Amino acid sequence: MSEAVPALLIVLPLVAATLPLLIGLVRQRTGWSIAAVVLAAETGLAVWLAWLVYGQGQRVVHVLGGATFGRKDVVIGGQETEGFIVGIELVADALSGLVVVLIAIVALAVLAYSRRAGPRGNAFYSGYLLLTGGLMGVVLTGDLFNLFVFLEIVGLTTYALVASDDSPDAAVAALKYLFVGTVGASFYLVGVGYVFVRTGTLNVVDVSRSLAGDPAWIDGTLYSEPLVAASFAFIAVGLATKAAIFPLHTWQPDAYSMAPDAVTVYISALVSTSAAYAFARIAWFVYTPAFFEVNRLLLDAVLVVAAVSVLAGSLLAAMQRRVKRTFAYSSVAQFGLLFIGIAVAVHPAGGEAGTRFAIYGVAIHLVGHGLMKAGLFATAGALAADANARRVREYAGLAKSHPFLAGAVAVLGFSLIGVPPTIGFVGKWYIALAAVQTQLWPVVFVVFASTLLTLLYVARLLETLYFDYAPEDTPAHAEPSRPVATDGGRTLSYGMVALAVGAALAAVLLGFAGAELTAAVDPVVRAVIDGVPEVVTNG
Amino acid sequence: MIDVFVARYAYVLFAVLLVVGLYMVVASSNLVKKVIGLNLFQTAIFLFFVSAAYLAEVGGKAGRAPIIPSEAQAYDPYASPLPQVIVLTAIVVGVALTALALALIVRIYSAYGTLDEETLREVRADE
Repeated sequence: MSEAVPALLIVLPLVAATLPLLIGLVRQRTGWSIAAVVLAAETGLAVWLAWLVYGQGQRVVHVLGGATFGRKDVVIGGQETEGFIVGIELVADALSGLVVVLIAIVALAVLAYSRRAGPRGNAFYSGYLLLTGGLMGVVLTGDLFNLFVFLEIVGLTTYALVASDDSPDAAVAALKYLFVGTVGASFYLVGVGYVFVRTGTLNVVDVSRSLAGDPAWIDGTLYSEPLVAASFAFIAVGLATKAAIFPLHTWQPDAYSMAPDAVTVYISALVSTSAAYAFARIAWFVYTPAFFEVNRLLLDAVLVVAAVSVLAGSLLAAMQRRVKRTFAYSSVAQFGLLFIGIAVAVHPAGGEAGTRFAIYGVAIHLVGHGLMKAGLFATAGALAADANARRVREYAGLAKSHPFLAGAVAVLGFSLIGVPPTIGFVGKWYIALAAVQTQLWPVVFVVFASTLLTLLYVARLLETLYFDYAPEDTPAHAEPSRPVATDGGRTLSYGMVALAVGAALAAVLLGFAGAELTAAVDPVVRAVIDGVPEVVTNG
Repeated sequence: MIDVFVARYAYVLFAVLLVVGLYMVVASSNLVKKVIGLNLFQTAIFLFFVSAAYLAEVGGKAGRAPIIPSEAQAYDPYASPLPQVIVLTAIVVGVALTALALALIVRIYSAYGTLDEETLREVRADE
């Protein structure tokens, strides 16, 4: 029974996505309730999966199509070998478990937020469920081509949801996102094609073994072949585009700032996160540290691009006037930091300690950043709905009228900077420790500078919020709160404040749970250090 | 070098189409032409997968489509079916993307009255 959980996590929202539209034909206004029930069940499944993975120490594997398509012993040229898997594997292990729980909880919380903040309509809830199913697929699949399909499901629904606002600006932003995102995903597909023609398989574990030269029909390792190096380059460029790393980030600020508030909260917390997760999974388990020992140049290229992303993203964030754009560019910087962590984990100079700290840092910051950005965009949306404040200067003096929301911005902002005892501190601390282990001093400098640069834009926002008096003639004050609601939405609800405050509380509480989180990802560390493609806890 | 063009012309075509498609996406200022470029770009990748699976002849036997009859011999040369399945899936993804892109373009056109990227930028800057 427990093997079915990963499949259910994906299938449930995908199938249920048809319901709001179908039932909508008969009865209007059922979309939200359907989505709420489905996502509550989804959260239950995610918690069950987390219990299996972390409580029982299992590696939950589900082969689509059952034993017919599973791993078999085959005879090739008179040699008996362990065959490649025929079907598609879904795998939940110590790395994916954390992200699955994050997705389920954020999806449920943002749904509560969107009840008042809108967009409404059954089509929105269908897209929302489809996106959740796609994200689960990205995180759980153990097949490289299947990953492409789920990346595109996520991409397609994200483009549609960004455009679900009525303004034509949103359509322009969505189209730009579509062009850049599709080219990125296609680059990923080219990379997968290169891997496939060399190894003859698409399964993460099988590809990893083939590249290491395990099967009898492959002579030695394949790491030094140009085709394999090119495949990594294509995959890295594709996933960096999806995660919005600096020179490839152009779609992201427009998409985040033009999308409806609830959609921004959701995609900022999860969509890029899932791409970064996919990159970590592929870099650590498909190519493994042994590949990067041979191809140091590729690893250095990832580090340079990620470091530039941190610096450029932070500086651009500090230059923005709109709050949502500030947070959007901040994501560019934070994902640069994550990519630094992912690359440092497989850097040969770091040794075991470097790998260990980097994996802790990436896993914690991946979850932590998703949580912080969800909270920050939720507060930005709530303040925009209630006080009509969308620019930094319109935040002047709002701390008095909105103490809870302002408090949430402050706590989450400090967490983003990396002030202890928040989760942002724990994640950054481990990434910094790992960078020090590798003794790549420019990278170390960038990691520490990122803290100061984050302070640059967070401090500006907090100063305006708490210490600036609202000038009498700003629209925020001249037209005190509550603009006329045309579609019944656009006013503050408990769900909106609860999401912001809840995210802030979670950021602090998880900061104290650093030891538990690192213990949870320990099996991942052991697998990467041993160069094993399967993360097993027992044994 | 000539060898590559004679024996591996499909891969050369793949590279050419890929670059032409990408260039259209980047350089053309007409939104619909950008979508066509995107389609070309994806088609190039389909060509790569299909030509990787293609089997001309092995050991004197001509390669065949992977529809395997019951009296087939072991080691008969059949084209690999997996890349073809992949391409089928990727085509479906491509169709969905094209449909969504065109739907967005229709919305943009009805709002701004133009399909040209430069004009669009000017119109939006004015507002």
